[in-house]
Amino acid sequence: VMTSTVNSQAAVSWSKRKRRLAAWVNALLLIAPFTIVYLLFFIYPAAKVVQLSFTNADISGIGEFVGTANYQRLLADPLFWRSLKNTGYFVLLTVVPCTALALLFALMVVRLDRLKGFVMAAFFLPYILPVSVVTLIWQWLLEPRFGVVNQLFGLRLAWFQDPVWAMPAVALVTIWWVVGFSMLLFIAGLQSIPNEYREAAAIDGATGLQIFLNITWPLLWPITTLVLTLQLIAQLKIFAQVYILTGGGPFNSTIVVLQYMYRTAFQQFNAGYASTISMVLFVIIMVASLLQFYMLRSRGVR
Amino acid sequence: MRRLKVLGVIGTLGTMLMAALWLFPLYWAVSTSLKREMNTLAVPPSWFPNPISFQGYAEVLRASALPRWYFNSVFTAVIITLAVLLLGVLCAYAISQIDFPGKTVLFWALLAGFMLPFDAMIVPLFMLINDLGQVNTFGGIILPQLVVPVVIVIFKQFFDQVPRELRDAAVIDGAGEFRILFSVYLPINWGITWALAIVTFIGAWNNFFWPFIVATSTEMMTIPVGITQVKEVYGIAYARTMAVAVLAGLPVALAYIAFQRKVTDAIMVTAGLKG
Repeated sequence: VMTSTVNSQAAVSWSKRKRRLAAWVNALLLIAPFTIVYLLFFIYPAAKVVQLSFTNADISGIGEFVGTANYQRLLADPLFWRSLKNTGYFVLLTVVPCTALALLFALMVVRLDRLKGFVMAAFFLPYILPVSVVTLIWQWLLEPRFGVVNQLFGLRLAWFQDPVWAMPAVALVTIWWVVGFSMLLFIAGLQSIPNEYREAAAIDGATGLQIFLNITWPLLWPITTLVLTLQLIAQLKIFAQVYILTGGGPFNSTIVVLQYMYRTAFQQFNAGYASTISMVLFVIIMVASLLQFYMLRSRGVR
Repeated sequence: MRRLKVLGVIGTLGTMLMAALWLFPLYWAVSTSLKREMNTLAVPPSWFPNPISFQGYAEVLRASALPRWYFNSVFTAVIITLAVLLLGVLCAYAISQIDFPGKTVLFWALLAGFMLPFDAMIVPLFMLINDLGQVNTFGGIILPQLVVPVVIVIFKQFFDQVPRELRDAAVIDGAGEFRILFSVYLPINWGITWALAIVTFIGAWNNFFWPFIVATSTEMMTIPVGITQVKEVYGIAYARTMAVAVLAGLPVALAYIAFQRKVTDAIMVTAGLKG
């Protein structure tokens, strides 16, 4: 009797172990395809860019360890500082204005009823287009001689070639393109505020402006910080609009970090130094993302 | 009360005006594309295409690489969409439903990946693709775009909410994990799957930076990359240039208009606001 109990116990634990092993094998098969792609095309390049930034590698990857030489060069490179400054200027011109405009559009949209879908689509539609379609359209709108904007205002301004106006023009194009995305987040935020709050305040005799400043705006603050950081991260990565519209010109007055990295890597084939330039963006964006992550977490969103 | 009503009407009018202003660049692109080439340069501008002409469209479709770029974009975007969803669904199901060692580590590694900017890793990525012999190939365009960890996080959240009893019943019936995933978990979540499919397709279609780096010859370019070339080709031929812009934007614009709700839902879920 004793032995048979032991045997059956052993059999139970054996079959349990077999089942668990089978589950592990299944799990491994399920996660393998993504994990391989993720490690190969994401984690590996992320680590590799750090290593490359300490080498003088060319674009085929051949080169030697040069210590911190690239970083010393970076600190003394006026074109790098200019590209960083321009990126900062572009961020300044886009992030806050775009967020403010998005909030305004969201407030405009939520109070409509029958026209709501149409108006929302009108503001959102540009965001759905490829960047190069957006730039083609605006190159035509802002064309110096025959462009509709200059004709309407009686100007002869070559917007994207003008040292003063090139960057604001690129910022304007960008805001037109992406404002719909932020608006959408604000609309979701506004709709999550219970109507009773505003109704109660209205009954107490609060004006529309008072209701906005004392109820809507504070409740909307978490969404606002989310929108601001998402915009910040997106606009730090500015490349295509500047590359297409101004080419970084006139005289490098609009060159941005990612574009300088591109030029260094793919036109001068200096992959080591280009990686060092990338590292700056890498670190700035990681810090901004961490900020966003903690803000999401503090709001209880996973 | 009367005053409020007047204010309301003014607000609505202002909103409509703003919406019209926002749509104007799109109207102007379509309108220009339907003009005869010589009418595009009228001073003052003519607000409507008169007569309507499809000459611009006919010419860009006949005498440019546009059809080829269209094919490249459709092909790569469809493959990317299918592969991203398949990889995402498989991985998310395992994380959500099966206990295995290293699960927490994997999930945190995915979340950490959100912080790494893809654009800053282009140089080593290009070297890797070069070593794999995939520069200027479909493989080279597609492979790095398969990494979309947010899809896994979203699917995991949705799979977590599927009632446990459904899985237990299927296990008792002797169904394997793949069967359970594709006949129970996925059908229940068709809504979010569709929404993610549409935004993944739009994202893949619109992607600029990576295809721009990896497609080195004209015939391998996707639409967004290829059309940056046509301006040099056409010079100041704006009917044709706008026809190119309209044709390049049309598939994603139609996808949005047809699936408006799904697109907005997916974007909100992705931003971590719903779901």
